[in-house]
Amino acid sequence: MLNIDNLTNEIDGKAILKGLSLQINAGEIHAIMGPNGAGKSTLAYTLGGRPNYDVTGGTATFEGEDLFAMDPHERAAAGLFLGFQYPVEIPGVSNLQFLRESLNSQRRARGEKELNGGEFIKLAKEKAGLLGLDMEMLKRPVNVGFSGGEKKRAEMVQMGILDPKLAILDETDSGLDIDALKTVGAGINAIMRKPDKAVLLITHYQRLLDYVKPDFVHVLAAGRIVKSGGPELALQLESEGYAEVIAA
Amino acid sequence: MTLLALPTRKDEAWRYSDLDALAAAWPVPAATRITVAEGESAHDHLLQDAADGATAVHDYVIDIADGARFDFHLLNIGGKLGRVTFAVTLGKGSHFELNGAIIGGGEQTLEIITSVTHAQPDATSGQTVRSILGSHATGNYLGSINVARDAQRTDAFQSIKAMLLDRTATANAKPELEIYADDVKCAHGATVGELDKQALFYMASRGMDPATAKTLLLKAFVAGVFDDVAQDDLRERFEAAALAKLGTLV
Repeated sequence: MLNIDNLTNEIDGKAILKGLSLQINAGEIHAIMGPNGAGKSTLAYTLGGRPNYDVTGGTATFEGEDLFAMDPHERAAAGLFLGFQYPVEIPGVSNLQFLRESLNSQRRARGEKELNGGEFIKLAKEKAGLLGLDMEMLKRPVNVGFSGGEKKRAEMVQMGILDPKLAILDETDSGLDIDALKTVGAGINAIMRKPDKAVLLITHYQRLLDYVKPDFVHVLAAGRIVKSGGPELALQLESEGYAEVIAA
Repeated sequence: MTLLALPTRKDEAWRYSDLDALAAAWPVPAATRITVAEGESAHDHLLQDAADGATAVHDYVIDIADGARFDFHLLNIGGKLGRVTFAVTLGKGSHFELNGAIIGGGEQTLEIITSVTHAQPDATSGQTVRSILGSHATGNYLGSINVARDAQRTDAFQSIKAMLLDRTATANAKPELEIYADDVKCAHGATVGELDKQALFYMASRGMDPATAKTLLLKAFVAGVFDDVAQDDLRERFEAAALAKLGTLV
């Protein structure tokens, strides 16, 4: 589904990713862990197409298409979802308006029929229910006045409504208490653990992986994947620390 | 009656205007006079959507008597030069409220010029102006609030925000206060900004194409200006005209 080969990039002239390769197939859940400054968020933003995250070498294909040839909104329409570590606040635009425009933009781009108001509300209710988010919250402006946990929950509602093929979730677990972590974990499983979908979880900690069991765990350090393994690698990292595992 | 001479840039109220466009249409029509009688409530509006290349100058001279209230809604989007001025005099305990939006593109110069005089005590006034400017457009707000010596307990505000869609567009905002009373509340704020790039990327990451995303943010920016238009059909007409104009800019 996603094939990254020898990716290098820079931000404002500073090299961050230094030859990163990763293959994710349909039906798989991958976790990328790594110390601060390793390039984890940079990887997520680069795949999402954030301005100023310039690709300087390597390739990434998504379902066989050149990912970097697509604009950010085209990547979304192709089925890529980027979960933000710090979801952005948009005063004056309600979540419902935001999501309906997003979904219908995607559907237009794919040549599908747009959802009308009634159809959209029905879908939004179902997905909000899945994440235990009150519909009243969705009437409020995007992320404005939301607590850290509410923002992450709202991100997962967005993911449920947009129904992507591949979700790249950048520290979706940060800022969550134990109960919210459980709900969000269950949401990710319900929405994304399917044979035709895949997830790339970016996290510092093992705790989210207790709820969303990864098939593969990778360690990212200094812009490269330095070690890959199964779920046991996350446990080893948790007990030994990054420095130990990276040095080994 | 003698014609007044064509203004020059030395005249503060014309400093940022398009004097060539003005000369082509000189002399401008006489001011519209509005008087709101004691204790009355009145409202008016202007949707300034003159044809491309035209010059449209509208001057309002408004007297609001003791205890009266006057509301004005303005959408200034048309012409090469679109200029709307208000000279308002407030009686005791009266209120004036202006809600205006400027949306300009191309080589347009669109202006709102106000002079609000609190001549008597206990009057209140509010001015809210939102400007969206693209291409080589210029948007101007020059607003003075004048509080007379006896006009105690005056409460006045000016909230002016401009959004530039292109680096080539210009916004001038000049709120001015001239206060001779000592028990007065006058608040004014003026900001000039650009669309939030983080928000635009967030919206793109959810699948919104750039035009849809920008339009949604700009709608949110001007939202509120026409919220309190009492007649539904008029409010819808304002909103539709604003949206159509935005469509030509994003």
